[in-house]
Amino acid sequence: MSELAASARRAVEAALAAGAGDAEAYASVEDGRELRVHGGEVESLSAASQSGIGIRAWIEGRVGYSYGTDLSEAGVAAIAKAAAEAARVADPDEFAAPPEPAPIESVAGLSDPSLAARSTAEVAELALTVERIALASDPRLVAVEQAVYADVAERVAIASSTGVAGEYESSTCFAYLQALAEGEGSRETGLGFGLARGPDGLDPEAIGAEGATRALAMIGATKPASRSCPVVLDPTVAASFAGLIGGALGARAVQRGRSPFAGKLDEEVASSAFVLHDDGLDPEGPASAPFDAEGVPRRRTALIEGGSLRSYLYDTYTANREGGASTGSASRQGYRSQPSVSASNLVVAAGELSDEQLLGEAGDGLYVTDVAGLHSGVNPVTGVFSVGASGREIRDGALAEPVREFTIAGELVAMLGAVQAAGAEARWVPFGGSVWTPPLLVAEMAISGS
Amino acid sequence: MSGLLDPAVAERVLARALANGGRFAEVFAERRHGLSMSIDESRIEAVQSGSEEGAGVRVVEGGTTYFAHVDGLDPTDLERAADEAAAALRGKRTEPRPLQAVDHAPLPIERRPEQVEAERKGALLRELDERARGQGAEIAQFTASYAEARREVSIANSDGLFTGDDRTRTRIGAQAVARRDGTVETGAETLGAHRGFELLEDDPGLIAEQAARKALTLLDAGPAPSGSMPVVVGGGFGGVLFHEMTGHGLEADHIQKGASVYVGKLGEQVAQPLLNAYDDGRLPNEWGSDAIDDEGAPTQKTQVIEDGRLTSFLYDHLTAERDGVASTGNGRRESFRHLPIPRMTNTYIAPGDATPEEMIAEVERGFYAVSFAGGQVEPATGDFVFGVSEGYLIEGGKVTRPCRGATLIGNCLEALAAIDAVGDDFFMKTGICGKGGQKVPVGTGQGHVRVGAMTVGGTER
Repeated sequence: MSELAASARRAVEAALAAGAGDAEAYASVEDGRELRVHGGEVESLSAASQSGIGIRAWIEGRVGYSYGTDLSEAGVAAIAKAAAEAARVADPDEFAAPPEPAPIESVAGLSDPSLAARSTAEVAELALTVERIALASDPRLVAVEQAVYADVAERVAIASSTGVAGEYESSTCFAYLQALAEGEGSRETGLGFGLARGPDGLDPEAIGAEGATRALAMIGATKPASRSCPVVLDPTVAASFAGLIGGALGARAVQRGRSPFAGKLDEEVASSAFVLHDDGLDPEGPASAPFDAEGVPRRRTALIEGGSLRSYLYDTYTANREGGASTGSASRQGYRSQPSVSASNLVVAAGELSDEQLLGEAGDGLYVTDVAGLHSGVNPVTGVFSVGASGREIRDGALAEPVREFTIAGELVAMLGAVQAAGAEARWVPFGGSVWTPPLLVAEMAISGS
Repeated sequence: MSGLLDPAVAERVLARALANGGRFAEVFAERRHGLSMSIDESRIEAVQSGSEEGAGVRVVEGGTTYFAHVDGLDPTDLERAADEAAAALRGKRTEPRPLQAVDHAPLPIERRPEQVEAERKGALLRELDERARGQGAEIAQFTASYAEARREVSIANSDGLFTGDDRTRTRIGAQAVARRDGTVETGAETLGAHRGFELLEDDPGLIAEQAARKALTLLDAGPAPSGSMPVVVGGGFGGVLFHEMTGHGLEADHIQKGASVYVGKLGEQVAQPLLNAYDDGRLPNEWGSDAIDDEGAPTQKTQVIEDGRLTSFLYDHLTAERDGVASTGNGRRESFRHLPIPRMTNTYIAPGDATPEEMIAEVERGFYAVSFAGGQVEPATGDFVFGVSEGYLIEGGKVTRPCRGATLIGNCLEALAAIDAVGDDFFMKTGICGKGGQKVPVGTGQGHVRVGAMTVGGTER
């Protein structure tokens, strides 16, 4: 047993000693670095190491949680005591219980040795390359506000009084830039990004070129006419919507009547062109792991298939409420947060149309490359949304002039019903959680512009 | 107040941080403690406490900042952070100045939340639940949360500054879901301050009733209009409009990178003369107030718009150094795990002399955005978007019906210049602002404000 797993084990014992009937401990150690470059220079270089433990205590159906960074014996005992104290404040809930242990299989490929092998100077060069490629692309590409490289290597251990025990290591890294282009009296921004398990999986030239291309394409953008028309969502935008849908499929919101998908199991909720899975095991998925935030094995779950709603996402508590099984969908933002139900990696099935064919299929409409205000413009309870957007006109099946400062509005379930086709070219996108998605053609959306 | 750092240890850590050169070094030590809980389905749940302590050390040389953070505040932890920050430098040792303690009185806290029994906090949430459900049988769901957080910070730097702060914030939030036949609507309200439990001694249950009333009102809502029209924005959290469309663009890091539409506008008329606006980190016990910023600079009241003229940007230590000015006390960070960057504190439009009734009466057809769910801006282009949480149609100078699902969208400079009336009914509200992956508490405020023309993005055809 590793030192970390031993800490988790000790924490469970300490919580039981503090009066908990059942207890679970989640411990993690993280080492990361982040580089920001600007104007050919490293602007900041951060080295981060952190470790901590979060303890969940159950006392007769009452649940409490506490966390801390002090992993000494006295420190862990204090956290355990605080978790038990927190439980005594909560009201009892008959469905609150820790999961029973299930066999955990390791997932290959979660850690990339190139993370440790690449020196800080090497990853600095990667970030500088991202910036340089963008700046060299076009004289109208006047600056890169920031190019960033960040990575983190993490070890996680979990233990519980019911016998759950597991640990794994994983690594992730990403690079992105915000490019600035100027022309025709306006300034435009373009985001380029890539994510991988290690720096060798990133393509700095492609990232830099993507940011530059996106910014340059927006020069001269005007407001489009208000209308209802076909809309193609590029993968970054499709991912944001997939993330909202994944969130609304969490059983907690559904059971409490706070989801547009409540009461719609096995009903038609989408066109057959929109197929959605949750996949917690794909080694390329940033959120993949052998087990979820409470030690339940991750798995692959069909959510929307053949146009109908096949399953919600469950953690142990929400599964207990329905007498069903967890889908391994407990997540947490590190040891500071207690587990709650949410998607792991959302996978939107690719279709057969190339990007050109998808635009051809749209005929006349809008190609949306960016949305803003998702956290305030979407009502997660009702699914009603209105968000800011920018992109390009589609005319006669081809991309035409850039457009900005308009909104797209509608309702999530109605939008899924209007998905006419999915493109063939999918990618991983870190927006809306972690999402693998192609571009999507929606037959009709409401545009508010000029 | 610099109790987390022993001055002798801090001097030693700063010297180690400068072992390979650097013109500036700083150690930021922090102890955090928090408690939160919520009520859902009339049951107290998600009771959670947490404690963390650690330090971040940075060294600045040329245009580069080297930063490392560690958990723990033992001298060995601090030295490890200093060594890691210094590891990538290759220069000759520089010497820090001897530390000089500067005391700033923390904001007064009358009733320390950690000394109030947890059961009392649970009882408060139950009261909120009852008050919300008392608004009508159509209230189908109600959730509320309570959160208290204390941050003790100590800061020492190689310029000889040695200071600290002790901050306690308390906040409650309420969210109601109303249901009638197939229609579902939501309403939310918050109350928060840089204060202790005394914040909740008056009538905290009021926010539950307000949230419930918003949700119930929206049950009668129709679709929001689309297109350009006059927009009257409500007081308090309506100030998020100014926060997004001007405040972010005035943060000096955006300015210095050319990534703000306010570049080159200092001293220029950017709004009508009726507009005066401030960033003020000293508003007594306000949500975004602190005694000092996270670099040890005293917070201050900075006028950013005077009679419509742009008068100041918002600076932290490094951006101020670059422009040869003094920090405006806006260097803030989420925690010891983050680098400070220029951030707003409490940003507001000062009260004007119009009344909300007058403003609305002058509008033939327009939109009344009472409150927002939030907003977002891209400072480089000035494009902004706000989600309206409570909005109404204005027809013939009168508020006629509630609207659901409205978003306001526009460009900063145009919308700022289009503000043609400022109300006398000023108040502040709390927000959580995200930038560069860091969240900090900010206050926003204003009386009613009217924007002559803005695009409303709804679904009405």
